[in-house]
Amino acid sequence: MARNSGVKNGRKEMSARRTKSVLSRCWQIVLLPLWSTSALWAVGTDGTPNNGTNIFSPASTPAKSIADLSIFVLVITGIIFVVVFALLFYSVVKFRMRAIDAGREPAQVYGSTQIELAWTIIPTLIVVVLFLATARVIHAVQDAPEPSDAVEVTVIGHQYWWEFRYPKLGIVTANELHIPVSNPSHPTPTFVQLLSADTDHSFWVPELAGKTDLIPNHPNRMWVDPQRTGVFLGQCAQYCGTQHAKMLLRISVDGPEDFASWVRSQQKPGVEDAGAIAGRRVFERNACMNCHAVAGTPADGRFGPDLTHLMSRTTLAAGAAENTHDNLRLWIQNPSVIKPSSLMPSMKLSDADLDAVVSYMETLH
Amino acid sequence: MSSNVITVSVGQTDAKPWVDELHQWLATVDHKRLGILYIVSALMFLLIGGVEALIIRIQLMHSHNNFVSPEVFNRMFTMHGTTMIFFVAMPVLFGFANYLVPLMIGARDMAFPRLNAFSFWLSFLGALLLYFSFLGGSGLYGAGNAPDVGWWSYAPLGARAFSPGHSSDYWTLSLLVSGFGSIGTAINIIATILCLRCPGMKLNRMPLFAWLNLVMAGMVLIAITPLSAAQIMLLIDRYLGGHFFDTQAGGSAVLWMHFFWIFGHPEVYVLIIPCFAFMSEIIPVFSRKPIFGYPVMVAATVCIAFVSMSVWAHHMFTIGMNSYANSFFTLTTMAVGVPTGIKLFNWIGTMWGGRIQFKTPMLFSIGFLFQFLIAGLTGIMMAASPFDWQLSLSYFVVAHFHYVIVGGILFALFAAFYYWYPKMTGRMLSESLGKWHFWLFLIGFHLTFDVMHVPGILGMPRRIYTYEPSRGWDTLNFIISVGAFIQALAILVFIANLIVSYFKGNKAGNDPWDAWTLEWSISSPPAPYNFATVPTVASRRPLWDEKHPEDPDSRYE
Amino acid sequence: MSAETTSFPNTVPAWDLPSRGKIAMAGLIVAESAIFTIFVVAYLFYLGKSITGPTPREVLETPIFYTICLLSSSLTIHLAAKFLARGIAFAFLAFWLLTIALGGLFFYGTAQEWHRLIYEHGLTISTNLFGTTYYSLVGLHGFHVTAGLIMLTIVAVFGLGGRVGVEQSGHIEVLSMYWHFVDAVWVVVFTVVYVLGR
Repeated sequence: MARNSGVKNGRKEMSARRTKSVLSRCWQIVLLPLWSTSALWAVGTDGTPNNGTNIFSPASTPAKSIADLSIFVLVITGIIFVVVFALLFYSVVKFRMRAIDAGREPAQVYGSTQIELAWTIIPTLIVVVLFLATARVIHAVQDAPEPSDAVEVTVIGHQYWWEFRYPKLGIVTANELHIPVSNPSHPTPTFVQLLSADTDHSFWVPELAGKTDLIPNHPNRMWVDPQRTGVFLGQCAQYCGTQHAKMLLRISVDGPEDFASWVRSQQKPGVEDAGAIAGRRVFERNACMNCHAVAGTPADGRFGPDLTHLMSRTTLAAGAAENTHDNLRLWIQNPSVIKPSSLMPSMKLSDADLDAVVSYMETLH
Repeated sequence: MSSNVITVSVGQTDAKPWVDELHQWLATVDHKRLGILYIVSALMFLLIGGVEALIIRIQLMHSHNNFVSPEVFNRMFTMHGTTMIFFVAMPVLFGFANYLVPLMIGARDMAFPRLNAFSFWLSFLGALLLYFSFLGGSGLYGAGNAPDVGWWSYAPLGARAFSPGHSSDYWTLSLLVSGFGSIGTAINIIATILCLRCPGMKLNRMPLFAWLNLVMAGMVLIAITPLSAAQIMLLIDRYLGGHFFDTQAGGSAVLWMHFFWIFGHPEVYVLIIPCFAFMSEIIPVFSRKPIFGYPVMVAATVCIAFVSMSVWAHHMFTIGMNSYANSFFTLTTMAVGVPTGIKLFNWIGTMWGGRIQFKTPMLFSIGFLFQFLIAGLTGIMMAASPFDWQLSLSYFVVAHFHYVIVGGILFALFAAFYYWYPKMTGRMLSESLGKWHFWLFLIGFHLTFDVMHVPGILGMPRRIYTYEPSRGWDTLNFIISVGAFIQALAILVFIANLIVSYFKGNKAGNDPWDAWTLEWSISSPPAPYNFATVPTVASRRPLWDEKHPEDPDSRYE
Repeated sequence: MSAETTSFPNTVPAWDLPSRGKIAMAGLIVAESAIFTIFVVAYLFYLGKSITGPTPREVLETPIFYTICLLSSSLTIHLAAKFLARGIAFAFLAFWLLTIALGGLFFYGTAQEWHRLIYEHGLTISTNLFGTTYYSLVGLHGFHVTAGLIMLTIVAVFGLGGRVGVEQSGHIEVLSMYWHFVDAVWVVVFTVVYVLGR
């Protein structure tokens, strides 16, 4: 009984590897409902459809390797479930007490060495197979060498926003990342270094890669090579304090020309608009520049996001609000309304000062 | 029959004034009373922790909900996790161990009755300390109240800089205090089992319940203490200016994680092994067969205890360990599934060829087997570390561990309640209320925790007080929350059953289930001294030998 | 109201189980060893990682004399227990008091060393990682020495009052297990802090 099903299990496990691609396709059909619920296609302000956050919709090699391994693991655990559940179900049905049994005890069986051996050896073999398949993916993802022309980004986690620096390109931005699309035949991956300025965070964009934590005094490294353009979503996954839920991520994967033009515009210093002088004075006199930086001006605070190209971002406050005039005004007036316990204080500006500062911000393209 | 038979009447005493009765309960050193105190206080905290869970589920019912503020939400999930692990699961399991171990080994009490009482009151004090934080946690303005650092209090979030005030100190102190209580109980269990067994009860004739609690107690000694050590270090950091986890001074946040999970992983085995003990007693009785493979069950449990000390960093797959470390912990985590699976197969082997009675304890046991199978398999999925890089810190892992704790541990506990309540009170729990409890809870449980795996796969992280509507998680979260309320209803049915049956339940007699271990040889409830004469045993099922003198177990062992 | 009979077939011969005091103390020692292990791991992990401040090499002096005191106290307590088991109360008391004296000397040595470290070298628990881990580990051990000395003193008081005899031999052995444990921990701490750590 148990032993026969064990042998069946072994045979099925061998054929599982051969028919993995077929099964994998079956699973994709099974998972189709998941995909459709996840892909509530909102359209970004630049017209590019957003992707979802479904770990089974990989768009990049790390995510894809993980998804493939996961299907394999799901198939094996699925088979184990079916077999053991069948045994359980059968025993519950077949060996239930019937009226005719009353007063008689069944045969008192104490055990069986052969059966114990069988259901020790077979699971051990399954573990060996699973481990080997897994170890291969671990090394492939973690120990991938970095090509010399990879785009390098340093991500610094803050309570509750993301700082992005491109050391080789001289760019500093926040919360919305732009990286180039990667052609599988000639890959241009992006290698990311992960640091933290305060507590632990975790960088999770499910369709691009598994998550990796940002831990102070413990630099981490990950990489992605997205194979389709679009906006990919994610958020912080390691509880980091009150507004952990509002530390969202937007990764814009751009075609080569779009990426190049984005880089060029980010490398420029802050726009100097003579009409916004009043707002700029408010900004500089009200200690905003203690936390924020605008390239090309005296403002070079690093505690808060770099504002040089604020208007190139679609959201504010790490995704807590759309980047609109009203939201921007509300955010500067009283951040706690949009994101309570955010570390940006309300500067209690007068209406006139507030409008001036907002106008200045709106020139920072 | 031996010559030293003593007939003792457990007579009616005069009704005592309630003050005396209260004093007896507060000053008791009797393992049975302390067991009941543990169990009742755990039930109280189950209700409180359950309310915290309902608050969480109401807030998450739809996106951008405003039922509670983010600060309150963060306190709720911290308190819910801390309460359920330390002040529900551990005490209730210690309570059952306290009550049953001496009875099953033919002893009159635990080895150290006063230490027993001290350990209980320490544990209860710890719980009170944690909840006092709601009142006394106010330190700096706006920084007080209950702890909100998650039940792991990861560094540096738990440091002074990020948790000002005293709220997280209540977390630390309450767990330190109750941790010492747990160590006292563990020492007591070990000493009782090794030193107070009745004549003839060699270690390989002990009920599996005793064996598994012995293994659990041994694990407590080396699992709880790393947490105590880490918490002492945290207090040194917070109050004496230490730098154990101070990343600015070169300290390591990852070190806290290692220390915490060196405690945290064996801890979950500390919780599940007594539930394995329940199953190993209940399933045989309701299948009318002895446990299949007794020696293998013992060996597998000891194996689990050892291997489980080597898997802790599977909670840390995302922190950036190198590929060799990740591979090592993948291997050990998958390996611990082998002895665990063996136990599952042995329970099914016990049922196989038996005559299964579907009384309420057995219904919950079958639920346990089904759910523990699934929970173990989702655990294997996450053991594959790349898969875990996606699933960790998401609602998939929340679903997994609730599957183990609610679907496994709580179901086994319900089985234990229905099985041993007659022994403890002398009354049977109502079978019909029991069946309502079972089916309602089963439906609610699966509605919540089966569905909960999906938001994890769809990218929903844990510990978030709200989520964006565009993510597509609304409907799923709504269903999950509905299931939570159904479970709450089932728990109310259970509590009602406990109370109503105490007064109106059928009289149980010594041995309502026709079982085979020593606790069923004495009255229900037992006399304070348990056994008038210390029994002598010759096999693993002494009562089977007595009921079947023509075919005793002693002939086959 | 209910009759209680307990009798099962096939009685077995003599039944000898370990002493519960010794098992309990062994359990406590296992638990305490786990706590010390964590502090030792932290100490070893942070060796060489302090950003500032004095290093072990600069400030630590190996306490050979006080270590000999503590380790010999294991011998004296062992002898005391042996004498008590044989009922020779006078010898028991003499070696017991000697144990306390040696333990007290060790405690004084630690206090003296800390005084020197704090006032001459400015090393406190908050100075740097070395300070934190050193004072925690040695302090935890010192705390256990203190607890042991208190228990030994209580027994000494009873002993001087003539109340410790051969019947208390089991309890004395349990207590001496604890004292041996404290000494064994010191061997580990000494090796880690004064030998490996420098």
